[in-house]
Amino acid sequence: MKKRSRRTITVSIAIISLGLLFYFFVQTFSDNLLFFRSPSQINQTEFPQGYIFRVGGMVKNESIERSRDSTLVNFVITDYSEEIKVNYRGILPDLFREGQGVVVRGFLNEDGTFTAEEVLAKHDETYMPPEVADSLQEKNTSYDQTTKSLRFD
Amino acid sequence: MSSYLGYFLIMLGLINASLLVISKPVFSRITSNYDSIIQSTSKLQFPLLLASFVCLILSFLYDDFSLKYVSSNSNSSLPFYYKISATWAGHEGSMLLWCLILSFWMYLASKYSKSLDGRFRNSFLSILGLLNIGFLIFLAFTSNPFERNISIPIDGKDLNPLLQDFGLIIHPPMLYMGYVGLSVVFSFAVACLIHRDFSPELARWIRPWALASWSFLTLGIALGSWWAYYELGWGGWWFWDPVENASFMPWLITTALIHSLITCEQKSMFKNWTIILAILAFSLSVLGTFLVRSGILISVHSFANDPARGIYILLFLAAILGVALYIYFKNSSFMNDNLKFKLLSRESFFLINNILLVTATFTILLGTIYPLILDLLGLEKISIGTPYYNAVFLPIMTPAIILAGYVPLMLYLKNKRNFELLKHIYLSVGIILLFTLPSIYFLDEYNMLVLLGIFIFVWVICNLIYYIYKMYKESKNMNLLKNKLGMIFSHIGLAVFVLGATVVESNNLEQELVMSPGQVVKLKNYQFKLNQLSEYEGPNYTSVKADFVIYRNDEIIAEVFPEKRLYNSSEMPMTEAGIAPKINGDLYITLGNLISENKWSVRIYFKPMVRLIWLGAILMFIGGIISILTRKQLILSTK
Repeated sequence: MKKRSRRTITVSIAIISLGLLFYFFVQTFSDNLLFFRSPSQINQTEFPQGYIFRVGGMVKNESIERSRDSTLVNFVITDYSEEIKVNYRGILPDLFREGQGVVVRGFLNEDGTFTAEEVLAKHDETYMPPEVADSLQEKNTSYDQTTKSLRFD
Repeated sequence: MSSYLGYFLIMLGLINASLLVISKPVFSRITSNYDSIIQSTSKLQFPLLLASFVCLILSFLYDDFSLKYVSSNSNSSLPFYYKISATWAGHEGSMLLWCLILSFWMYLASKYSKSLDGRFRNSFLSILGLLNIGFLIFLAFTSNPFERNISIPIDGKDLNPLLQDFGLIIHPPMLYMGYVGLSVVFSFAVACLIHRDFSPELARWIRPWALASWSFLTLGIALGSWWAYYELGWGGWWFWDPVENASFMPWLITTALIHSLITCEQKSMFKNWTIILAILAFSLSVLGTFLVRSGILISVHSFANDPARGIYILLFLAAILGVALYIYFKNSSFMNDNLKFKLLSRESFFLINNILLVTATFTILLGTIYPLILDLLGLEKISIGTPYYNAVFLPIMTPAIILAGYVPLMLYLKNKRNFELLKHIYLSVGIILLFTLPSIYFLDEYNMLVLLGIFIFVWVICNLIYYIYKMYKESKNMNLLKNKLGMIFSHIGLAVFVLGATVVESNNLEQELVMSPGQVVKLKNYQFKLNQLSEYEGPNYTSVKADFVIYRNDEIIAEVFPEKRLYNSSEMPMTEAGIAPKINGDLYITLGNLISENKWSVRIYFKPMVRLIWLGAILMFIGGIISILTRKQLILSTK
């Protein structure tokens, strides 16, 4: 009897600790999911205040405004149907320029602007982030045409 | 001209590999001497592909822009050494390099496998031949580096400036040596399954091959991390980026494999498990290729994309994994593993090591492919942030690394005096905590992570030193020590890596600001003065070069020259970091962008002990190589 009850205890401890580990794992996993939205999708989803997610699109032409004495920069990301104003404090990647596809990570402010904590542009001037390409395609913009215009601008 | 020859040679390679594969089923009916066909074809593959590779290098050196691959990855003004390295900088060329290295491994496998049973050897080489065919078809029909341009451009588009770098000359060949070396291990495992034989002798034969792949993977990954550190200009050394994960997963599994192979060899245990690991390791390396080459990834490193290629690799992966697992389930019954072992034994600790490593691999795999699956199903576009990997990976790996320091000593002591073991554990934990705790005073900021890192470092080093001392003192047998030397090096390398990684992650300082010439900035007890900015012309770029003088307590200790380059042909800007390596860490400066006249945004980092990360990896590499060399002597001396 004693042996059996000991085994029951061991097994239940094992199950409980495995369950806890799994719970911790799932929790960490879901806490660190970063959702991606195109400018047009932002209005369709309700995120809680300060929720971190990613936005991608093209940097609108003639939209980059740099501060003259700090690293603050404002620009507009567009998917050719909707656009969103982004502000960022920091050094931009080398390939950040107008007409280039970018992905930014950050949060939405109450006034509808987006504060970026990180800006990603790729290391290739013809590169378009797949997410951006997809969301542009959904907008019925010809992917080929956009890449071409990128390539020769 | 060389380009026609190059493609012709690839085709010859394809025919040669096909001959190798069909020789057993076809020629065995005609001639009894089909062995020699298998041996000569498996050796011939390497010179064929080497010649093809040389053709591609020549096309680059002679600026043959009639080739699409050359014109899109090179330029006449590119320095000649980058013209050579451009050969494997793009997708097509790197696949040719992949096939070349595969044929090289097959050459070695053919040359050094005389001790194997003839029939076994034939299957082993035939499976390698099959893998050759798979990759050559991929190369020749979806990624032909010798494809011609319809109209010949006057000049090439130039090599991506990020790849114009020494690190990128050697990183891919080393990484591929590791990735592709696993094909030998894989083919061997499948041959074992086919012949229903996985004796300790076979485990002993394959282990150096697994060790070699592991060593090259270690070096390749470290070189990639080193390149990302100084070339991307963000001061990071690991990003948990899908492309990095793709190389890290096979590394973890191979680490598990080289441990479990010891058990197979010495106790004839864990055979099923080891075979599965061998299959898994190569599958993950092919999965890595798929992830990198399909363009499915959103990554800082992904350079190529073409869906057709992705589909081919995915099908190829499904085929090799499917066939290998089918043979496994059909034939694995011959491996009746005796799973009875004591708690304090090599087997039980290697089992724990393996479970931890495989769990770690699957958590990374989940983080890497879950977003892809969701996206393919059209559900949601997500990515998994770095905190996930840190939160999950660290708790899993910490016990594994602590064991890596202790198990060698414990196994040694166990044979001598069992009862002293517990006493020894208490004693060493106490002593090591005594070493660790005062180090708090030497750090500016300390936290749990650094403390853990220092503890692990001291723990592993002390235990290994004590282990060497005991072994030397008690047995006076230098041979025993010599056999363990590789392991000792690798485990010390691991400890050095852990120290570097934990310290730099928690004590890293960073400042981003706008500076103009003459201005001085303080970070910690260093002062950084921007002396002046100047422009100069490089061989294929123009550059703005900043001159920073770094003082420590008003004494000049270094001068660095970070640059912002603009490459002429691609008009791509590039940041070149200015790095001053010091004993206690790197001072790292990058130029951001021109804010207004003479004002630049600047990023300054202090990266304490960051070089230990790569030093550790180099020690691991050396350890792997030592193990291979000492084993060879061991095998020869027992003969």
